[in-house]
Amino acid sequence: MNWLFRYANPHEFMRLSGMVLPFAAIGAALCLAVGLYLSFSVPPDYQQGTTVTLLFIHVPADVVAEIAYGAIAVCSLLSLVWRHPLSDTAARAAAPLGALFTALGLITGALWGKPMWGTYWVWDARLTSFLLLLFLYFGYMALWNAIEDETRAARAAAILALVGVVNIPIIKFSVDWWSTLHQGESIVSGKIAPIYLWPLLIMMLAYVLLFLTLWMVRIRTAILERRARNLMQAGP
Amino acid sequence: MNFDMSPYGAYIWPAYAISALALIGATAWTLAAWRRAKARLEALEKPARGKP
Repeated sequence: MNWLFRYANPHEFMRLSGMVLPFAAIGAALCLAVGLYLSFSVPPDYQQGTTVTLLFIHVPADVVAEIAYGAIAVCSLLSLVWRHPLSDTAARAAAPLGALFTALGLITGALWGKPMWGTYWVWDARLTSFLLLLFLYFGYMALWNAIEDETRAARAAAILALVGVVNIPIIKFSVDWWSTLHQGESIVSGKIAPIYLWPLLIMMLAYVLLFLTLWMVRIRTAILERRARNLMQAGP
Repeated sequence: MNFDMSPYGAYIWPAYAISALALIGATAWTLAAWRRAKARLEALEKPARGKP
């Protein structure tokens, strides 16, 4: 664990993230450009027609929503067990981004559901567990804002994040465990046609890199805000 | 490239528009917050640096 502590103090984080950020940002922009070009170059699906184009923004948003929650859970564990100095800041910084990607997954999914299922929404296992993820994000952010003492707020939010992480495998396996309208897993099983797989993978990479870029900037912002607060408290 | 999304354009284009707006908005908001925090810290550090 020593390496983690060495590289994750605020000073080292600012130095390392300053080096990584340009590559992540340029990578996200490049992948988005290529991914969007490929997304609008695929032929219509034999069953879903042109709505297959929604695959390239819906699935990446869902994947990042779950990755962001996983990141919050890992940071929360580090915070609770090892009192890691940056982990609370990192977890808190990821939450609004995770909520945004979750909302995008729900909205794009609803807009895909209407032409394919005949409805924007059904209370089936996948959709409901994904909506629960959005509420977990809201609860996590509300908890941080509701408790004035930052140490207590961080601890309460970390416990909520760790309790809520049980929802991630439920989302993932909901299509296997229950009968749902949502289609089953098709990437790892190889069911998806390669012509749709590549644009999807590139768009997923674009969304992940965009999330990482914004997450790092948000952590850096929080570090600067803390420094400013400390200076204010120290007085003239 | 094919931009003819008929007959489902009414669902596909709003989904892309909302995603684009949300991601561009989040990027702009994040960068604005970073610039604000940086400017504030610099303003606070200036007098401290000027001290003998």
